[in-house]
Amino acid sequence: MKKLITSGAITVDSIHKSSGRKWTIMEKLFLGLTLPQYIGQALRNPLNWIFAIIFAVGIPIILGRFFFGLSWVSHSSNDYPWGLFLAFGLFGMVPLSSSGFLLGSACEVFGRHDLEPIERLGLLNGLLGYFFAVVFLLIDLGQPWRLPFPMVVSFGPAAVLFLVAWHVSTYLSVQIAEVSTSFFEWIGFPIGVRAIRKITLGLAISGIILSTLHQGALGALFTYAPGKVHPLWYSSSYQWIHFFVSSIPGGLCMVITVSTIASKTMSWRFDKRFKDSLDRITISLAKGASMGLATYLVIKLMSIAHDNKWAYLATGYGQWYLVEIMIGVIMPMCLFAYAIHHNKVAIIRFSALLVVIGIFLNRLNTALITFNWKLSEREIPHWREVAICVTVYAIYIVVYRFILYRLPIFYQWKTQEEFALAYVPETEITNLGNFEPALAYATETEANAFRNTETVTS
Amino acid sequence: MKRRDFLKGCLIGGAAASLGAPSKSWAVGSFEGYPDAMGVLVDTTRCIGCRSCEAACNKEQKLPEPDVPFDDTSVFKEKRRTTEKAYTVVNRYEANDGQKPPYRKMQCMHCNEPGCLTSCFVNAYTKTKEGAVIYNGNVCVGCKTCMVACPFNIPAYSYSSAFDPLVKKCIFCYHTRLKFGKPPACVEICPQEALTFGLRSDLIKLGHERIRQTPDRYVDHIYGEKEMGGTSWLYLSRVPADQIGLDTTIGNEPVISNVKDFLGMVPMVLTIWPALFSGIHLLATRNKDHGDDHHNHSEQEGDKK
Repeated sequence: MKKLITSGAITVDSIHKSSGRKWTIMEKLFLGLTLPQYIGQALRNPLNWIFAIIFAVGIPIILGRFFFGLSWVSHSSNDYPWGLFLAFGLFGMVPLSSSGFLLGSACEVFGRHDLEPIERLGLLNGLLGYFFAVVFLLIDLGQPWRLPFPMVVSFGPAAVLFLVAWHVSTYLSVQIAEVSTSFFEWIGFPIGVRAIRKITLGLAISGIILSTLHQGALGALFTYAPGKVHPLWYSSSYQWIHFFVSSIPGGLCMVITVSTIASKTMSWRFDKRFKDSLDRITISLAKGASMGLATYLVIKLMSIAHDNKWAYLATGYGQWYLVEIMIGVIMPMCLFAYAIHHNKVAIIRFSALLVVIGIFLNRLNTALITFNWKLSEREIPHWREVAICVTVYAIYIVVYRFILYRLPIFYQWKTQEEFALAYVPETEITNLGNFEPALAYATETEANAFRNTETVTS
Repeated sequence: MKRRDFLKGCLIGGAAASLGAPSKSWAVGSFEGYPDAMGVLVDTTRCIGCRSCEAACNKEQKLPEPDVPFDDTSVFKEKRRTTEKAYTVVNRYEANDGQKPPYRKMQCMHCNEPGCLTSCFVNAYTKTKEGAVIYNGNVCVGCKTCMVACPFNIPAYSYSSAFDPLVKKCIFCYHTRLKFGKPPACVEICPQEALTFGLRSDLIKLGHERIRQTPDRYVDHIYGEKEMGGTSWLYLSRVPADQIGLDTTIGNEPVISNVKDFLGMVPMVLTIWPALFSGIHLLATRNKDHGDDHHNHSEQEGDKK
């Protein structure tokens, strides 16, 4: 981690060195710290010590999985081929990562520019969620080094998983492109930023297509096992719609949750725009999530009515089902309705967490807890399996935090275009002739933004 | 700029469409099985639980030594399933009517439209014209979806192998016997002639004939004739199929029928979504000066308010 930080620190410093005015602002920034200072604050953070313990235990276990085989770490069996890794990591993680396409399409396609301050968080959340879902997949696959096989070696195009493989990999590249704007700004590569901006709409729309299909496809995977998934969690005609629709509140609420955690732990990273608009945006997202939840609840009930499964509600599984619906859908819906009406952001944040838990629980139920409900034996995960899951999630959090600390996700990048105008020699400006209107426009807003922040800091 | 973005959206959508389009054409309707497909009729009323089929399978497929010798009947105390070390197992079931307990041999059913095959994203499975469902370990990634998709819980996985874990299941002795028209090892060894090898279509006739001749001996049903779209292995039984561990709730539709709803929707999404959302974008932003509004400009937010 230290290595990454030093390299990161150098790149950021190099931009600001030439701009003397920025030093006062940059001093406050994390990377304005000197190395001893930085290490000092990292050591003072108790969370880092917890992570250190987790990694010390978990990383050797992850390595061990690749040397001693799956049976060493997992209780996945012939009857339960998909253990905790997929249930927890893949099926649980992907719906919470739909935020990328949701906010991408809200801002870029529907023109909801009021949501823009949080758009990048949504995109990043999506990218990381997918990336770590793939990490979980790599741990679970019998022969992970063959992951590219469905792309290049042997095709099974009639399989739902074929679709998932193609779409998730395509979508990962789309998300990398979307998030790379922040990265390009951060490293000071304005050409890259402009290039991505030009294809933003295309990226957003392909994001919608790919997300609809692979969120749905993850649900459709379970239609291969009609007798194994409990009827309450299974519906041959609605399964993919359930997974797709529930991913909408899942993704939105995940963004609310992450922004809440961030506002408690790294509010120093927020700029004024983000800080001021966060409550308003949270309410907007909650509105979206409520609509998603309402749709989800209706189609959940419809699928039960469709196959006439009401009798199952009276069984033990039925009660568990009601618990899940209660936590994940009905309670948050009521709380959202109350909180949106009374502008109570704290309640929204709490119920967003409920939704995240509820959607996660739904995937866990479908893939693991109620899977093989006809068999008498339940799968109890191996402790190493749990350890690996915890470790991968810890890595996820560390990477997430690492990026949020640095890239302009919670704040706007202020230096670069103004910087370009102020310091780029005349000749280079003429070279940029084609972009002149855009540049002039950008400069004006950036200047305004800069003036705003200056008044704030002073 | 708007138009260019629109075209780009369409292009990317189109590219995506070309990726997913084959899905539908493959999700074709009910396949009745190859006309020359072979099969095995298992007459569970004749099975005495000698486990010689297990031994023959072990030898033929060069499987590792079993934990319990094949002449040990203590294994019947619990219900076993197929594993990486045993492609076929015989289980004993309770007889409710005071008669001798029935035994049933379990192995891959070799479905006409196998769930494992349709779920495999690298096409590792093949339904041969002889009726066998065989597996190509050279392309298997190890996603284990086939195990989820098998309605009979047959495929096993060699979880203990770190570097070459594979799916292990009965392949109808395809490479060593079936390909040359010979019956599988288990059929050949059966001392009770409980297993009959032949054309699937003939076996169905034979099964119905046995039921007709001795109706007291059998339940009037051949398990596998229609279940899951039909299987190459067929079962006759004195007791209802669910009493000898056969799942009678799986229905007659092959696994792929459940998935078709989704697969049929794919081309629609790929075709309609790009146009729909590009259209929405044009509507949503029609009163804006800048089609390519840059995010992260605080001014626009001000405009909006």
